[in-house]
Amino acid sequence: MTARDDVVVLGVGMHPWGKWGRNFAEYGSVAARVALVDAGLAWDDIDYLAAGNTMRNGYPGYVAGSTLAQALGWRGVPVSSSYAACASGAVAIEAARARIQAGRADVALVVGADTAPKGFFGPLPGDRPEDPDWLRFHVLGATNPTYFALYARRRMELYGATPKDFAAVKVKNSKHGLTNEYARYRKVFTEDEIFESPIVADPLRLVDICATSDGAAAVVLASADFAARHGVDKPVRVAAISTVTPTYPNTYLDLPDIATDSAVGAPPPSRSFRDSIAHAAYEEAGVGPEDLSCAEVYDLSTALELDWYENLGLCGEGEAEALLHSGATTIGGRIPVNPSGGLSCFGEAIPAQAIAQVCELVWQLRGQAGDRQVEGASVGLAINQGLFGHGSCVILTR
Amino acid sequence: MSKPRVPAVEGLFREADDGTARLLGGRCRACGASYFPKQWSFCRNPTCTGGELDDVELSTRGTLWSFTDNRYAPPAPYPAREPFEPYGVAAVELTEERMIVLGQLARGVSIDELSVGQAMTLVVEPLYETDDEVRTVWKWRPVT
Repeated sequence: MTARDDVVVLGVGMHPWGKWGRNFAEYGSVAARVALVDAGLAWDDIDYLAAGNTMRNGYPGYVAGSTLAQALGWRGVPVSSSYAACASGAVAIEAARARIQAGRADVALVVGADTAPKGFFGPLPGDRPEDPDWLRFHVLGATNPTYFALYARRRMELYGATPKDFAAVKVKNSKHGLTNEYARYRKVFTEDEIFESPIVADPLRLVDICATSDGAAAVVLASADFAARHGVDKPVRVAAISTVTPTYPNTYLDLPDIATDSAVGAPPPSRSFRDSIAHAAYEEAGVGPEDLSCAEVYDLSTALELDWYENLGLCGEGEAEALLHSGATTIGGRIPVNPSGGLSCFGEAIPAQAIAQVCELVWQLRGQAGDRQVEGASVGLAINQGLFGHGSCVILTR
Repeated sequence: MSKPRVPAVEGLFREADDGTARLLGGRCRACGASYFPKQWSFCRNPTCTGGELDDVELSTRGTLWSFTDNRYAPPAPYPAREPFEPYGVAAVELTEERMIVLGQLARGVSIDELSVGQAMTLVVEPLYETDDEVRTVWKWRPVT
């Protein structure tokens, strides 16, 4: 094994998203086995296992790498267990890629799996005033949807966005995910149905906000040499992974903080944190927004999907609503966004979600996405942000 | 006799004699950046050669950055009262410190009367009560 740059995706697999309350390792084992079959490999071929942790499943969830290695059958494989909130999956993929690039593995398995509680996510138990995540709940009752609603209201006030625009995102994604066998919610929403949904945090309604789900996703990464030796024709290539953190002063209100940095001591960075997540990936891949065939973005809320259009440079600031209504981000348009149906159709299974985004891109780039296929897809991007300052962006090419 | 009013979390704010809230933060002697909560004892501006933070009271005025409301009871550790009453939440940019600080909206303030950019100020209101004390929190209300 020698150091190399090119890392490819040999296999992808998912366990359907839903809410069953079974152990996360059961879901993860299923996704892992499906990905191994897809890669034409066996667990015995894997040199390294990288997993995304889950915070709500006890100690085994904090050491997801070894839990999943045990579930698949101990055979001495080195593991890593990463936590970066919603970005955990991408950080795990990066750990596997780095191992392969360093020449210390030929082929690696990456798995994220979660079992989610019902209702709002709360902080970990205990009385912990020094933990920003505890503080925001205790003194403010600032749930995740509270923050999503603050961002949505900001769009309305700055750019004139309306709840009808947000509903149009939901309608689009509900159509995209309708026949996705892994999606939890497969139902086309109409605007009328959306407006009957109760408001959770004004202006966002229940169906504007992504649910929390059980689910698992896995990818098999390998060196390009390994793929060539195994006769894999035109494998999907990992062109970039960005796992950047913010630049001081971060003057945008991010979860879970109750205050931003101050702009008094230093000028705010030229790019916002979310802009910088995409920028780092574009730089590494040597592509720009105009080169993308499709994108999976983290639609924690319908309104947030519109923010991502601008962070990705698909349009200028304040132009996302026009881009949406032009049909450009619908399958068949110039740059379909969330062809999988997105979090809108899946709900969020935290450590699995960034990996699931990559699974969708791989199917799109291989031309295996069925009813939701983006014609001729050759460059795909997945982006997300995890609380406590975690960026995540993956660009795949074929 | 009325119960004494005590901040719900120690060290985050104090109630001034005029009933306004004073947020307790930290300020770097070298670069002037403020932090809330103070959280750590040192400045985290990577371009700043300064060190320790002074304990300061932040300014009490700012402009509204965004706002929403909570229509359903947040989970613990939020001390939700039964029956739950929806309440507003505001993000306000402190003019002097140039930083956004979240707070609940004062009772009786409807989000229908708010718009981004308007002037806001800090007050203190009860968050919940124990047998012995009224536990308070800072809240935002429009400057009238």
